[in-house]
Amino acid sequence: MCRPAVSNFTSADPTVLARPLDRKENLMTRRNRPDTPDTEKEVLSPDALARRRIAMGLAAAPFAAAVPGLSFGADFPTAKVNTTGLAITDKEVTVGQLHSATGTMAISETGSIQAERLAIEQINAMGGVLGRQIKVIQEDGQSDWPTFAEKAKKLLVNDKVAAVFGCWTSASRKAVLPVFEKENGMLYYPTFYEGLEQSKNVIYTGQEATQQIIYGLDWVAKEKGAKSFFLIGSDYIWPRTSNKIARKHIENFQKSKVVGEEYYPLGHTNFNSLINKIKVAKPDCVYAIVVGGSNVAFYKQMKAAGITADKQLLLTISVTEDELLGIGGENCNGFYACMKYFQSLDNANNKKFVDAFKAKYGAKAVIGDVTQAAYLGPWLWKATVEKAGSFDIDKVAAASPGIEFKGAPEGYVKIHENHHLWSKARIGQIQTDGQFKMIAESSDLIEPNPFPKGYQ
Amino acid sequence: MTAAEITNIVMMQGFAGLSLFSVLLLMGLGLAIIFGQMGVINMAHGEFMTIGAYTIFLCSSLTQSYAPGFMPYYFFFAIIAAFILAFAFGWLAEWALIRHLYRRPLDTLLATWGLSLGMQQAFRSTFGAKEVSPTVPDWLLGSWMPHEGLDIPINGMFVMGLTLLVTGGVFLMLYRSRWGLRVRATVANRTMANAIGINTRKTDRMTFAIGCGIAGVAGAAFTTIGSTGPTSGSLYIVDAFLVVTFGGAASLLGTVASAFGIAQTQSVSEFFMTGSMAKVLTLLLIISILMIRPQGLFAAKVRR
Repeated sequence: MCRPAVSNFTSADPTVLARPLDRKENLMTRRNRPDTPDTEKEVLSPDALARRRIAMGLAAAPFAAAVPGLSFGADFPTAKVNTTGLAITDKEVTVGQLHSATGTMAISETGSIQAERLAIEQINAMGGVLGRQIKVIQEDGQSDWPTFAEKAKKLLVNDKVAAVFGCWTSASRKAVLPVFEKENGMLYYPTFYEGLEQSKNVIYTGQEATQQIIYGLDWVAKEKGAKSFFLIGSDYIWPRTSNKIARKHIENFQKSKVVGEEYYPLGHTNFNSLINKIKVAKPDCVYAIVVGGSNVAFYKQMKAAGITADKQLLLTISVTEDELLGIGGENCNGFYACMKYFQSLDNANNKKFVDAFKAKYGAKAVIGDVTQAAYLGPWLWKATVEKAGSFDIDKVAAASPGIEFKGAPEGYVKIHENHHLWSKARIGQIQTDGQFKMIAESSDLIEPNPFPKGYQ
Repeated sequence: MTAAEITNIVMMQGFAGLSLFSVLLLMGLGLAIIFGQMGVINMAHGEFMTIGAYTIFLCSSLTQSYAPGFMPYYFFFAIIAAFILAFAFGWLAEWALIRHLYRRPLDTLLATWGLSLGMQQAFRSTFGAKEVSPTVPDWLLGSWMPHEGLDIPINGMFVMGLTLLVTGGVFLMLYRSRWGLRVRATVANRTMANAIGINTRKTDRMTFAIGCGIAGVAGAAFTTIGSTGPTSGSLYIVDAFLVVTFGGAASLLGTVASAFGIAQTQSVSEFFMTGSMAKVLTLLLIISILMIRPQGLFAAKVRR
């Protein structure tokens, strides 16, 4: 019964060989130590003894990691796993975290900071990466793009970090990209974004545009019979590029109609005229990519103008649980969002993740799509380093394609050749309590395609 | 489209313009009083609005947990609380910061900008970086539907009523109260007002605090139509300055007229072109008019 399961596992998962030794082996290390008190064993029943061993193993896990000679540090001497002078010792590996903790974007980036911290803590608790505890240097991009570039340079050049988890907006990613490519660093970027980018030095853990857009549009067309669409966005690169892809898909592939396409400046707070235009155009489906403070104003004013879910179908790709905190579920309940993750997803990985997150950050904490994607970053990096058997950036970049993560809260994910993730797309319906109810999900993982043909 | 539908849209669009007008007026009013009387450009105006918004959030959370039955009525008391709180902070800011910088307009600009950054970070540290959503009473949600196809937003009507009330109140105060008399005397000739025994410093402090208090009321009202977060205030600040500058400093009537003009231009052009283009058109119009009339629409007729 056991054997086929094991062989299956290893054939499906090449990374398993490079995984760190688990607690059982740590326990053995501990038991072989001469100072283990033998007297206790004699008075304990076999059951109690087993329990005891597990407890000892747990206690020994951080200990074993701190003394690499005793675990597997000996198999991975620093000189071998670090040939390019990164900040790695026998006991520690330093990584960077680069988000906006202050400024406008702190609203969105706080969740990512927390999720990455949680992942790193969990990895450290189970022994770290190649026997080394992860140490984090956190820098604040201050919602200012040149600051992001400057701090990225500091992390790579001065601190010599082995990887950076960070950035949120496309603008900040575009600002740090040349730095990462020149200084040869590794960035794990969590946000769903507009695509049209691929780099040896970046792993994109969120969805690129086509993964999020096409499934959603096909779903409203098929399930809701939507034939005409009204596209709305905030006026910058992500909504514009996404709507461009949406329009191509609607007009060329679905042979349906776009009856309006509107952009409003970031921070716009008055949508009454736009709402009247929607009323004139009478689209089957409103497709909304409004962000930031505008998002709240948009949904509150839609509700006030009598456009509610019972009269109008609306699909968005810019509202997660985080945004719903500000909008209030009662202002947009019944509308749909297309993402890859919802906090309410019903699977064992996600339950564990949500519980751990709430235990650390409070029962009221909410988890949006990007927060989950940020949580994947450190885990994917760990698996990649262990597969490569090295922290060297070039080896990590080369080992990335094919890396799998079965413990992802969103379910199984895998890194594609193009450094994006294979992942599912899901439709959720907004509930009054600010959570989503999952309505549909793609049957298979959707291939990332950052340079879609026929969509440009 | 049928004639009835067109009538509906025209009416809703007309209301949209009026609603934007009341929003702009409400946020510009406090700024106009401060700028007009004291020549202080208050860059932290938006943050005083945020104080009002967070007051509503606090009141709504407290009401919800301690007196759920009171929910439908708490909003009125919360608005009064927002005024008092913003008034108190304004008083404090004037005493601690602004009064040392009179007659140095550029320095007040810098100081109040610093104040605004400081306040934003304070909100972030106190309430968290994420946006919050105060629970607005049910009667403020949704729309009033006189007949099929015509939806008039209730929150829009509420803001309009409040703006009417506040503007009326400010006019009454300025032209019918002792404080108003002192303010007008100080605006007309500060030295002379001082000479005849008006305590201009005290008048200034009162004015600044009242201006901030009105900002608090505006922020409170906007929780029904916009966001509540540490940086929500910065969403309104540019528009507020536009209204005041365009209307002509030191003229309340100018502020009213300019709010009306900007709102109608913006709302009508938004209907016929894209949102970004409408903004461009509105700004171009304002700039051209200001080039011809640098003092704004209505300049105060006083000897300097």
